[in-house]
Amino acid sequence: MKFKEKNGKSGRTNVDLNSIREESEWAVDAEDLVVHYVTSAETVEAVNSIDLKLKKKRTLGLVGETGAGKTTAMLALMRMVPDPPGEIVRGRICINGLDMMQLTPAQLQSVRGSEIAMIFQDPMTSLNPVITVGDQIAESILLHRDISRAEALKEAEGILATVGIDPRRSGEYPHQFSGGMRQRVGIAIALACNPSILIADEPTSALDVTIQAQILQMMRKLKEENDTSMILITHDLGVVAEMCDDVAVMYAGRIVEYGTLKEVFNETKHPYTEGLFNSLPNIRNRVDKLKPIPGLMPDPANLPAGCAFADRCAYACDRCRKGIPEARAFSATHKVACSAYEDPDFKIGRGQ
Amino acid sequence: MIQYVIKRILMIIPVVLAVSFIVFFIMDFVPNDPAVTALGDGATEEQLEHYREENGLNDPLIVRYARYMGGILRGDLGTSYANKQSVWDLFFAKFPNTLRLAIASVIVTVVLSLPLGILAAVKENTMADTICSALSFVGLAMPNFWLGLLLIMLFAVNLNWLPATGAVGLKSLILPAITCGTGNMAALTRITRSSMLDVLKQDYLRTARAKGQSERKIITYHALKNAQIPIVTQIGIQMSTLIGGAVLTERVFAWPGVGAFLVDSIQKSDFEVVTGFVIMLAIFVSIVLLIVDVLYAFLDPRIKAQYTTG
Repeated sequence: MKFKEKNGKSGRTNVDLNSIREESEWAVDAEDLVVHYVTSAETVEAVNSIDLKLKKKRTLGLVGETGAGKTTAMLALMRMVPDPPGEIVRGRICINGLDMMQLTPAQLQSVRGSEIAMIFQDPMTSLNPVITVGDQIAESILLHRDISRAEALKEAEGILATVGIDPRRSGEYPHQFSGGMRQRVGIAIALACNPSILIADEPTSALDVTIQAQILQMMRKLKEENDTSMILITHDLGVVAEMCDDVAVMYAGRIVEYGTLKEVFNETKHPYTEGLFNSLPNIRNRVDKLKPIPGLMPDPANLPAGCAFADRCAYACDRCRKGIPEARAFSATHKVACSAYEDPDFKIGRGQ
Repeated sequence: MIQYVIKRILMIIPVVLAVSFIVFFIMDFVPNDPAVTALGDGATEEQLEHYREENGLNDPLIVRYARYMGGILRGDLGTSYANKQSVWDLFFAKFPNTLRLAIASVIVTVVLSLPLGILAAVKENTMADTICSALSFVGLAMPNFWLGLLLIMLFAVNLNWLPATGAVGLKSLILPAITCGTGNMAALTRITRSSMLDVLKQDYLRTARAKGQSERKIITYHALKNAQIPIVTQIGIQMSTLIGGAVLTERVFAWPGVGAFLVDSIQKSDFEVVTGFVIMLAIFVSIVLLIVDVLYAFLDPRIKAQYTTG
């Protein structure tokens, strides 16, 4: 009965969310989201005014290099940015029609895990080492449903079986599992309450390639069975092609290109997206050298006045260094933030 | 696991051998004559020599040591020179009092330090952190005997709520336990704070938060469960120190424990008592440390796995 509340009600089944829920066709609808990490020494502008919309049952791939603000943006969706030093400066976050910025801590706790859940990047550190995996899964169930611990543990065993772990291992501790198995446990925890939105933060980057494929396949199967909407953070474009319906490319805290998989992959518009594709090794066309994007992402504590990518961009001109590029719509779904398109004849190399 | 415990119990034997030999050796250097302690200043040289010969005090050190160790195996720690009582009986007349005071003091320390340390860690680098640390240092900065006297003045003399001295009933335990327990607060608060700070950065707390767990439960359940090892280690160290007797506190409250009695015996050159007490204390300290090590296995499954395989 470790997690039972004193009034006999396990979890927060008594928190009423439906009275404050608004009708929405979007699972996730975030607008003008700005997240900063403020310390006495500096202000790190991790997420700078991003808009994210995810339709129900679709999968959005969030792509970008390390430090682009992907994880921070996702933590912000769950109102889980560590504060201090993190701070959601402004923005609107709607999860299943719930205005996350207006919810009380108890309401937020009741949304987390049950409506929106997250799978974390490193399975070696994201499980509690001194609690059995069964209990860690059951904890989530107990928090959101009014059942006994024994029943919750029974369900936890069922979920373990779903993610491909022998349910008899539910009494074991994380150190008794391999990395891939631990990530399955992480997925089991996230899926325990059947959330309608799942955020997967590079769920496979800490794993072997063969295990990666297994895990991704399993995630896709579970997502389809449960009608889950998903945001998949990754820097692996192959994974995006495999898993996603829509793609958002993030750079220095901004979304620079946003569109359907086909649009972003086949009609690439942003020079940074092009750079990502060019950095991929191609097994069929083995050239001596890869074409990496030169330079490094600017320090998010000290972003340039203009386009943050300008210094690494082959197409950059004076215009790029003057103002932050506005998002430009190429179709109803395809948006690109690049000033070069102010010149109507501008075209990038890819796809020509 | 049971194998590990047996191995650890057997390891107490060399500890006792080493401790007893060191004590025996040191006591031999003390320029005081046990015969004088036993017979008093008025005894003649003949009487003294007769006593020495009778009790084997003239034998070489190694012979006396072997004879003494043989006695220990039979549960015989010798007889006090000063009052002719069995050292074994003397020890077990005093030790329960010491143990009671030690346990009560540790409880006082834990009850005060854990919340302060946890609060200081959760509110790291804020005013609350500073206040918690400052409070824990007050206990350290205030000399034990002085705090004891202040407590006696307030609660025993002025308010007349609690007895000033003696060891009768739970009431008499309160003031000595507070005096002793607050002195150890600083160390345990600091350990709790640093151990919690370390755990509070861990990814698995984020996992718990993403499940919808409340902050209170994340700290008291997920974090504390992982921060326990250094805390329990520190409690074990404090417990083993207290078992040796809290001499000053025992003096102030006239608490009939081993510490004050041991100091008296050293002054009286009652070597049999000193040697016997030190050996018994070494055994009990070893037992406390063993209990701490076994506790680790229950607190952390990874350590349990090590015990089982290693």
